[in-house]
Amino acid sequence: MSRKEMIAMLLAGGQGSRLGVLTSDVAKPAVAFGGKYRIIDFPLSNCINSGIDTVGVLTQYQPLVLNSHIGIGIPWDLDRNNGGVSILPPYERSGNADWYSGTANAIYQNVRYMESYDPEYVIILSGDHIYKMDYEAMLDFHKQNNSDVTIAVIPVPIEEASRFGVVIADDNKRIQEFEEKPEHPRSNLASMGIYIFSWPVLKEALTAMKDQSNCDFGKHVIPYCYEKGMRIFAYEFNGYWKDVGTLGAYWESNMELVDIIPEFNLYEEFWKIYTQQNSIEPQYLASTAKVSRAIIGAGDSIYGEVTNCVLGPGIVVEEGAVIKDSILMEGVHVKKNTYIEKAIIAENTVVGENANIGVGEEKPSKLNAKIYAYGLATIGSNTSIPDNVIIGKNTAIHGKTEEGDYPNGRLESGGYIIKAGD
Amino acid sequence: MKALGIILAGGNNTKMGALTDKRAIAAMPVAGSYRAIDFVLSNMTNSNIQTVAVLSQYNARSLNEHLNSSKWWNFGRKQGGLLLFTPTVTSENSWWYRGTADAMWQNVNFLKQRHEPYVIIANGDCVYKMDFGALLEYHIEKQSNITVVCARAPESDDVNRFGVVKIDSDKQITDFEEKPMMAHSNIVSTGIYVIRRRTLIELLEQCNREGRYNFVTDILIRYKGMKKIYAYMLDDYWRNIASVDAYYQTNMDFLREDVRNHFFIEEPHIYSKAQDLAPAKYNAGSDVTNSIISSGCIINSKVENSVLFKGVFVGNGCTIKNSIILNKAYIGDNVYVENCIVESNETLLSNTSYVGKDQIKIVSENNNRYGV
Repeated sequence: MSRKEMIAMLLAGGQGSRLGVLTSDVAKPAVAFGGKYRIIDFPLSNCINSGIDTVGVLTQYQPLVLNSHIGIGIPWDLDRNNGGVSILPPYERSGNADWYSGTANAIYQNVRYMESYDPEYVIILSGDHIYKMDYEAMLDFHKQNNSDVTIAVIPVPIEEASRFGVVIADDNKRIQEFEEKPEHPRSNLASMGIYIFSWPVLKEALTAMKDQSNCDFGKHVIPYCYEKGMRIFAYEFNGYWKDVGTLGAYWESNMELVDIIPEFNLYEEFWKIYTQQNSIEPQYLASTAKVSRAIIGAGDSIYGEVTNCVLGPGIVVEEGAVIKDSILMEGVHVKKNTYIEKAIIAENTVVGENANIGVGEEKPSKLNAKIYAYGLATIGSNTSIPDNVIIGKNTAIHGKTEEGDYPNGRLESGGYIIKAGD
Repeated sequence: MKALGIILAGGNNTKMGALTDKRAIAAMPVAGSYRAIDFVLSNMTNSNIQTVAVLSQYNARSLNEHLNSSKWWNFGRKQGGLLLFTPTVTSENSWWYRGTADAMWQNVNFLKQRHEPYVIIANGDCVYKMDFGALLEYHIEKQSNITVVCARAPESDDVNRFGVVKIDSDKQITDFEEKPMMAHSNIVSTGIYVIRRRTLIELLEQCNREGRYNFVTDILIRYKGMKKIYAYMLDDYWRNIASVDAYYQTNMDFLREDVRNHFFIEEPHIYSKAQDLAPAKYNAGSDVTNSIISSGCIINSKVENSVLFKGVFVGNGCTIKNSIILNKAYIGDNVYVENCIVESNETLLSNTSYVGKDQIKIVSENNNRYGV
């Protein structure tokens, strides 16, 4: 196989448990975003737009949707004779079989994949973020500094820096110190979890750390390189970058797309985001439709009222239905006269007639107050919601629910009904 | 599949007016997200036809761009493929395609080298869904020499722009008149035919020896007594878009639920080239009713009873009514558009008005977008 200058390893095996029922049957990178995309489309499109044509996608948690989404990589022009996209699940070796136990462990288990391309550099990416970034510019920076490891960093407000791993760099951007979620951060440069390694450095570090349990880049590999006195540089990125790891952040970043000129603009010709598209049909807005401040997906049929929403493809909103401040994913069907406010509804869910969702006083979730917060009603995929029910805020529903599941026809704020998932 | 497909996408005609100035009819955008040729290509791929040759000469570039990769229709296999044949200069021939039969004759070597026993010939300017497998079965069962797919012309349409046929009780075609002055029936040829590959080769060679070039007049009509020619009735939705009125009406038909269900929801689906546009966006002032809107559109004001193709921008304070806005048109602020077809990539300056009074107006201004 001919040599590649830089290949990408994309970590897509994580569950993203903070997205609650949205990730009960898909991995986080496969969660829908922006009325058309899945989260992994952003790093995959960044790769091809940056001239990287060899991408290994490491999968582990619920890979079905991810696998069928990526396929042979046609939407991203990653169907190549030499290189292209390869799905890399954990596999059995003679003697042992291990799941991926950490980010660096997953990469270590695929050393042979990387070796087969004999690359000069390897870029490590994760499938959790919404951003457009030129990895080639980062590689140029890596080469200019004769760097061993380059870490992409983004300036964050100093008061938020304690949520991140921050780096302290000198004037030449060489990293002097690391702090993981520091109480009193001394820098506002947060690591984006994107690393460029010179291949011999990466191979050496992974091999040296191979017996480390749950081997992780941030916790183990980077500190190892640091202790060895390697040249580690911080590449500052100043564009839009959003971690959509919580329901609140996920909802917010979708809603930002609805702004007149959003900070993250998907309508530009430059740096397109590609995706596997099942629907290409146009959408129909009926005489009874009222749609404003909304993104509406391909093939939708809207007979009701939709305001401040992001709707995926193939959705039906029947007459008299009113949907506000919500995210609906592919194939959702909302029946007549139902009212929905501040909800996230995953794929192929059917909501009955005359229901009210996302109403009432806010109360903390009884299922998990950290996950189901932000006043959102979160409804998983392939769920059905019966007619006439009232559903409160900070609620979670997944599975085929029936009238009997709703005492007095209600699911109070903070309540949950989980009838599906593992 | 026992048939290969030939799509006659050569043409242009005066009935399309300015719309075909810059593209072949087969490359006309249809129903928001498609091009006319997508319907026949999808029908062929959905009928498991693996090899399709598109014959084209008028403004072939527009078509070629759309067909630049065959993967969107699931062609491009080792067995078969999607081929675009435009006229070429060879040692024996330096003519343009002088007619439909001549177009096929100039590619007779392709026909000779294939192994499929049958050929399905179709045009690229009709909107329909059809199973060519069922058509082929009918052809074999009737022991027909040539089967012509026929449909009842839509009432709104002008029958005299079609080939009009008369059939007997067994569906055999007894009379065929091309574009008659006075139509004696509303059963028209859709321009879709089934014929044995070897028979086609013989007929094409015979035609060429006699200096005849047209498939309809020189083969179908001339041989109608000698060959068994049957009609296969296509009773589902079928429209030919090759006149301004028919083009407008066909697009407007997609505002009907039955038509949308037939094409957008019922399987199999119609495929088209992927464009990677963001989903349509409706800003605060948008008021869109009874309209088809495609991906990549950004809408700021009023749209009613209209079809907006991909990537259309509608500014503030506009009213778009009973109109068709083709791909990537940019409509400035306070523009009034009624009964129009606005050309693709068109820029309509702010504070202007375009109204088709007695007929549909084709808006093609060639304004400079960046001067707005």
